Amino acid sequence: MVALWIVLAVALLALVVGGVLVVGRARRRRAVGRPAAPTPPARPAAPTVPVVEAPPVAGPEVAEEAPPGEPLVEAAAPELRAGMGKTRGLLSGYWRSLRARSSIDAQTWDDIEEALLRADVGVATTGALLEDLQTRVRGGELSGADAVLAALREDLRSTLAGAGDVGLRFDPGSTNVWLFVGVNGVGKTTTIGKVARRQRAAGHSVLLAAGDTFRAAAAQQLETWGERIGVPVVRGAEGGDPSAVVFDAVQRAAARGNDLVLADTAGRLHTKVNLVEELKKIRRVAGREPGNVTEVLLVLDATTGQNGLAQARQFLDAVEVTGVVLTKLDGTAKGGIVVAIQRELGLPVKLVGVGEGPDDLIPFDPAAFVDALFA
Amino acid sequence: MFDALSDRLEGILGRLRSRGRLSDRDIEEALREIRTALLEADVDVGVARSLVDGIRLRLVGETLSKSLSPGQQVVKAVHEELIRVLGGETLKVTFASAPPTVVLLAGLQGSGKTTTAAKLARWFRQQGRNPMLVGADLQRPAAVEQLRILAEQVGVPMYSQQADPVAVARTGKEEASRLGRDVLIVDTAGRLSIDEELMEEVRQVSAVVSPHYTFLVIDAMTGQDAVSTARAFHDALELDGVILTKLDGDARGGAALSVKETVGRPIAFASTGERLADFDLFHPDRMANRILGMGDALTLIEQAEREFDKGVAEQSAAALLQGRFTLEDFLAQLQQVKKLGSLGGVLSLLPGVPKEMRQASSAVDDRQVGQVEAIIRSMTRRERLDPSSIDGSRRLRIAKGSGTTTQDVNQLLRQFKEAQQLMRSPGMLGGLLGGAKGGRMAQALSDAMADAPELGESGLGAGASPFGSARTPARAGAGGGSKKKKKGGRVTPKAGGQGRGR
Repeated sequence: MVALWIVLAVALLALVVGGVLVVGRARRRRAVGRPAAPTPPARPAAPTVPVVEAPPVAGPEVAEEAPPGEPLVEAAAPELRAGMGKTRGLLSGYWRSLRARSSIDAQTWDDIEEALLRADVGVATTGALLEDLQTRVRGGELSGADAVLAALREDLRSTLAGAGDVGLRFDPGSTNVWLFVGVNGVGKTTTIGKVARRQRAAGHSVLLAAGDTFRAAAAQQLETWGERIGVPVVRGAEGGDPSAVVFDAVQRAAARGNDLVLADTAGRLHTKVNLVEELKKIRRVAGREPGNVTEVLLVLDATTGQNGLAQARQFLDAVEVTGVVLTKLDGTAKGGIVVAIQRELGLPVKLVGVGEGPDDLIPFDPAAFVDALFA
Repeated sequence: MFDALSDRLEGILGRLRSRGRLSDRDIEEALREIRTALLEADVDVGVARSLVDGIRLRLVGETLSKSLSPGQQVVKAVHEELIRVLGGETLKVTFASAPPTVVLLAGLQGSGKTTTAAKLARWFRQQGRNPMLVGADLQRPAAVEQLRILAEQVGVPMYSQQADPVAVARTGKEEASRLGRDVLIVDTAGRLSIDEELMEEVRQVSAVVSPHYTFLVIDAMTGQDAVSTARAFHDALELDGVILTKLDGDARGGAALSVKETVGRPIAFASTGERLADFDLFHPDRMANRILGMGDALTLIEQAEREFDKGVAEQSAAALLQGRFTLEDFLAQLQQVKKLGSLGGVLSLLPGVPKEMRQASSAVDDRQVGQVEAIIRSMTRRERLDPSSIDGSRRLRIAKGSGTTTQDVNQLLRQFKEAQQLMRSPGMLGGLLGGAKGGRMAQALSDAMADAPELGESGLGAGASPFGSARTPARAGAGGGSKKKKKGGRVTPKAGGQGRGR
């Protein structure tokens, strides 16, 4: 039966779309011609540059001496609670009123549901959590609002703790590559700056790859971070092949003895097939000898709603994401979508971004995250 | 995501056909589904609640329509309610008597302000104005550089300097006057709504330039946070409108609803891609479709316009309308359609696709599509034009060439023949395009086309559609054939296509 549907679907699409184009064109021919505004070159669908070297650029692409950068003061890791919830938001109101109640009634459940939904936990996950709690209450295991809330906290915490290890993988003695992927505007480049800072402080020899060759001034943005942190940056020409840049960076890292390459990529919507294909290629190339891709980090904006799950799913499918960096958690958003991502995809959050500065990055702590939800 | 709201409602309300009106219980059940759909679309919890209340009032006591199924009727009520909330008056951009007209952009980090600023500049230029850009984002590394490059692409001047944002904004406005520019677009740094210092800073920037329009730039994938962010920026700056970005993704965009309800100002513009041209006035009806998971036909058409080979598309459509459909045609069309993404995903953008087809297509793996393609490619052109000539030895050759078995080849040929017959039968194509659901599709398409300026001056006129179907058709028995319902299947389409020819 499958082929039948494929055929019908394709025919339908071709007819509908083609037919509309036909009519549209006919109308346009009749309409008064409008001068087309100049458009900048479209994103290349498939890079045609063979992956050998990054295209030659006048002048050095990498400074011989890494610039000194800012002094490596051991900044105290900002407390998650302080970074995350400067304000006692809507949620705290819910939790407070819930605790005040001693018995559990329909209103209690409604309130819990609303609180979880407002945290972007999502309908499906919220439903599952509530069902579990309700079963346990009916069975007599839990009684009273306090017990229910405590159980909920524990459910959330254990879900987020998932498989256990949320550390960043690093294989000593190899050229590690950590690839940063995600949709537009989530904070990939800023996160790389922060990670570079941490890893340098931890004693690694870090190199940055400006793999975003599409966005205007993206490479400059990463270079600024490189200067700030005191870490070299490999870049290519704007509009060039991102795989070539990453390849070049890995080669140089191996030659120079850098043990960690942090590779930036252009933001891309997970729905754009050609861009996802491009990303797959970048990952493949990054893993070519001597590169060893030990982390593929999906950078996710905490303000993202249910679409975050779709993003995680597609990127996981495409490039085998190993973990999530949840950014902008210092704002009002709670980032609850990561519960669904862990639950449905088994993808753990590894890092949390809590500001725009180089030290605003902390390892993910499920208990602290849940505490902040309940704050 | 492929269980469109109407399908779910159909399941609940389908049995009501014989009764005269919707009972209270029916309505409550339906409203629960609607609430879920809205929440899944990221509509704010409180806004969803008040929307549902509004819809309840609409539905109570309503008689069942003769031409629409109960599910469709409820969806229609919801759809209309959403359009009402999202629409209202469109923002009419008027210009200051004493130039320049100042436009201020504000929003969270990463929402797309800088790109939007450039897009706005281009849009104003197309309106015959002389805009100028001011780069007052001095926080993000290379933000000014980014704006400078974009300004160059648009062909407008840009001003910035290494100072504080307030000073840059002030001097920028003076520069605009000096240069005789009549529109000034001020890009600012992303900031958290709870960062008091930065909110005060943007208030000062606003005070110094006295904007005629202050827009909140917000990402279409924003979740429940949309309301508190919008409220905070509105309190600080008194917004005139909202610009929604990154609509080219598959986020349902409920944030649009939340923000509109909270701030009460129109959503002025919609940004639908990374190119500067991907920017236009906001269409409430398209957004309503999207939020309800009902598909966005116009986005599909625009995408197709970008990706399809026009010549092939026209030929294919002409051939199909004449009832001609060979394996050769199919192969060409498959190449085109693949450019739009995975089959299931693309199909989801079309409204009114029969539920069975949608479910079956969503269950289809891109690998299976690749297999079908491989088989057809292993045929010679003559074989594709005349499959009856494919005897046993040819089937074996084709199977070997495509890495499949003769059974697979047989099955494809058999099913293709069935498909051909289905499509030629008078009910089918008409049913697909003119039947109850098809009518809705054709109607949605014709509505969409009436909307889209690029597709013609006056659209297609009332009631007409390129496929000549009636406006409210009776439920036609849309085609016979074996329409097996496939349960389950993929929830989301596979993004990475397996075939060749992206």
